[in-house]
Amino acid sequence: MAAVVKKKQFSLKVLSRNPENYKRETKLDIHRAPINPEGYLHPFAIDREYQRALNATKLERVFAKPFLCGLEGHRDGIEALAKFPTRLSHVLSAASDGEIRLWNLATKRCVSSVLAHDGLVRGLCSHRSGNFFMSCGQDANIKFWACSEEGNITQEPIRTILNKQVYQGIDHHEHEDIFVTCGQSLDVWAGDRAQPFQSYTWGLDSMHHVKFNRIETHLVAVAADDRSIMLYDTRGGSGVQKLIMRMRSNAISWNPMQAFVFTAACDDYNLYTYDIRNLSIASNKHEDHIGAVMDVDYAPTGKEFATAGYDRAVRIFNAVEGHSRDVYTGKRMQRVNHILWSMDNKYILSGSDEMNIRLWKAKASEKLGVLKPRERTAFNTAETLKKMFKDHPEIKRISRHRHLPKLIHQQKAELREIKESQKRKESNRRFHSKPGSVPFIPDRKKQVVEVKE
Amino acid sequence: MEQQSKQTDSKMKIRYFKPKEPDSKGGGKFSFTRNPENVIKERPVPEHKVEKWRKGEASWGRARTSFHTRKIEAKEEIYEKVAEKSARSELLRTEEPGVLEGDKTFQISQSDIKSQADESTQQKIFDLRLNQFGPYRIDYTRNGRHLLIGGAKGHVAAFDWQTKKLHCEINVMESVADIKWLHQETLFAVAQKKWVYVYDNQGIELHCLKHLDSVLRLEFLPYHFLLCSSSNKGYLSYLDVSIGKEVSGISTKQGRLDVMALNSQSAVIHLGHPNGTVSLWTPSLKEPAAKILCHTSGIRDIAIDPTGLYMATTSLDRRLKIFDLRTFRELSRYQYQFRQCPGLLDFSQKGLLALNRDNVVEVYKDITATSHKPKKPYLFHPCDKLVTDFMFCPFEDVLGIGHGLGFSSIVIPGAGEPNYDAYEANPFQSKSQRKQTEVRMLLDKVQPEMITLQTSIIDVDVETAKAREEERLKKKYLKPKKIDFTPRNKMKGGSSGAKIVQRKKGFQEQQTRTAIRNIVRNKQIDGKMDSRNKNRKGLQGSALDRLKKKNV
Repeated sequence: MAAVVKKKQFSLKVLSRNPENYKRETKLDIHRAPINPEGYLHPFAIDREYQRALNATKLERVFAKPFLCGLEGHRDGIEALAKFPTRLSHVLSAASDGEIRLWNLATKRCVSSVLAHDGLVRGLCSHRSGNFFMSCGQDANIKFWACSEEGNITQEPIRTILNKQVYQGIDHHEHEDIFVTCGQSLDVWAGDRAQPFQSYTWGLDSMHHVKFNRIETHLVAVAADDRSIMLYDTRGGSGVQKLIMRMRSNAISWNPMQAFVFTAACDDYNLYTYDIRNLSIASNKHEDHIGAVMDVDYAPTGKEFATAGYDRAVRIFNAVEGHSRDVYTGKRMQRVNHILWSMDNKYILSGSDEMNIRLWKAKASEKLGVLKPRERTAFNTAETLKKMFKDHPEIKRISRHRHLPKLIHQQKAELREIKESQKRKESNRRFHSKPGSVPFIPDRKKQVVEVKE
Repeated sequence: MEQQSKQTDSKMKIRYFKPKEPDSKGGGKFSFTRNPENVIKERPVPEHKVEKWRKGEASWGRARTSFHTRKIEAKEEIYEKVAEKSARSELLRTEEPGVLEGDKTFQISQSDIKSQADESTQQKIFDLRLNQFGPYRIDYTRNGRHLLIGGAKGHVAAFDWQTKKLHCEINVMESVADIKWLHQETLFAVAQKKWVYVYDNQGIELHCLKHLDSVLRLEFLPYHFLLCSSSNKGYLSYLDVSIGKEVSGISTKQGRLDVMALNSQSAVIHLGHPNGTVSLWTPSLKEPAAKILCHTSGIRDIAIDPTGLYMATTSLDRRLKIFDLRTFRELSRYQYQFRQCPGLLDFSQKGLLALNRDNVVEVYKDITATSHKPKKPYLFHPCDKLVTDFMFCPFEDVLGIGHGLGFSSIVIPGAGEPNYDAYEANPFQSKSQRKQTEVRMLLDKVQPEMITLQTSIIDVDVETAKAREEERLKKKYLKPKKIDFTPRNKMKGGSSGAKIVQRKKGFQEQQTRTAIRNIVRNKQIDGKMDSRNKNRKGLQGSALDRLKKKNV
């Protein structure tokens, strides 16, 4: 008897991939890469991202080589730096021996030079058109110089104004034919007149720094020797506001994107950002320098600014943060007196006591030159990852670490101790006094002595 | 009429470039004319499809400041977009999982499947008769393309099992306890009689790892580049194969360790012990991170499902148990009949569980489901001899079985993940892709310290952070008691002005240190007393409380 074979009823489908669908057709094609975001196929996705962020942070520190070159040639300490708003590669510098030089940043060479003044050059500013610039010096002259497209300066000034007093600063109006000078008084000049058409004084002390606002173009900020910052409107007859601080401000820079914000570099090692609508309290206090801050310049984006310090360091601050994001020092760099942020937001120039102008990258680890699209994506991804994991302790430590000169390192620790002890003392005093008798005063308000209208 | 309306419809959706004369200032020559009604929008993805891809609940409500509220909202928006994109891309994942449907699927044999399947599937069902050096241990690479088999009597062979191309075949002239592919098909480790050896895919011995001796089981963590080995002497070791250093070596003090499993999601090693416990190990701890009493007699094998949520264990008490690894609770248990002792276990990517009884391999479906228990296995396959090892091939519907007479490959429809991710594991990768992947993997190597039971590194332990900060502040403002201390006079310059100050200062610092130590100690004692008092019933209320006036 034959065995009865019962046919089993079932439907079958087995996974079988056709390699044609998964391999590239020709060698010129890119490889096919199907994606499946199913969670269990990607174990440790976050851990791996963290690792990538850590690597990116380390690489950033490895490639952080901000120094590009030194512009050598001056025979005395740098007294002033000026940029042309409409020319990217040209920069002006003036030295204590009265010489003015024009540099080409692309070739890193001095294009032309002129012995402009007898003695120190006090102030330097360029005209928006880029065709001429003006300087004032210790010899009490204001001189106008023309410069060609290639950057050649005329050897004789195209115009000279002789004065009785020495002017310490000069700045030109954004688009009108007006410029201001400061010294014993703040003088406003227009056209071809040999006399200022307006002259302001507020108190007896002389003024040493003046800056036009680039948006509200008639507004001028002046820093004076009596520890004050004054605001003037060149259309009005007298000053608008006067802010007296505990220590003198050395320089002022207006935020190029927010008309009502300026930052003052102060002698008390700090910078203060003010909103002119309320000067009684600074909107931010920027710490980190361990010496007087000599100069400050905003990036054209208004998001960052660079500072020059008497402590031989250049620092870069995020405009809304209290501490610097980066610090540049050099073994041979002496006290930095002047700083410029280039108009393409890529470079920083610093002029220091030892006759050198240094060219730095604004982002220390940035790759210069043209980026390929994939390169750019990789950098962007790294940037996002760093941002995502920035608060993790290891990443924070690496990204914050800077190898600083011993002096700065020690001084920083000392300052920190001083600050802590002051804080402790205040808290003890508060603890042992009648409640409310020792009020909390924010750090941003402590330096303000008085605001006059 | 209909055609006309269609035409106008299609016309409506086109965005036109309207060339414009340049204006007097040299402004733009082209401009978009964009009517917001006619802008082509992506078709919204059905909500139920997006729901599957959402991870966790969205955070809602307001943070303390509007700034942070906006920040959180922006982040939520990104997460939502990710979910939507994942759902949308489902369309591109065209491969579908295998299916076997019928009345009694467990009656269907491999020959039945072979008779109905297509040609490429038929080639996946094969036997290797290797009766001299068995029984065999087996291992597939992570992309499921390459197979490694190791006979107990020393025969080791590596090959591409789909094309049947042999990479190498050697005899190590020693007994082989276990074999394992390392991160790619170029390297593998063999646990031999005495030490562990590393070979390349040509069978050339590259390393002899002498500090891993008498190893019984090997596991490899591809994202950490760690080779884990458990030995005869109860020693669990983690070796970083990228730098060749032992990251951690743990003496478990649990005797012979011949049951080991790996949780692929958290990289935690599970060890089974003869007393019925399963212990969980991480490289940073010298003690087990957790211990679970699973059975009353010795553990035979452990398997952890690819999602890392479920663990299956078998024991000598003839039971199969399923555990939930989030709660460490038992979900279900299966008692086998007399003479049927379940042995080895393995989970497939789609959650099928393979299990053997002597020479028989059973495959269960939906075994981790809580709603019902499978009464019969999904498939069933008898081998000629005792089964010693089996493993589901990743991204294929294939189960490889190592037994006394060699190796068998059988087809289990619905076992493998149909759609692979080429950036994780690519079965069709070229040589250059393999090299590139290796570099990427090394760059993204996760540190061994990050292996923990709690896998999320993004959450902040706020309580600990706050406590630590408080402690720090306390120390900062701590004032030691003032003690009038005059240093004793010392001869020979020992009492110079500077020295006296130094000694005074040293004494005061000592005082500060002891004061801090006292504070910390007191706090510890207080904490202990608190937790003790909490558990004591007597302190909760006095018997005399009932005499107190109520609602005063």
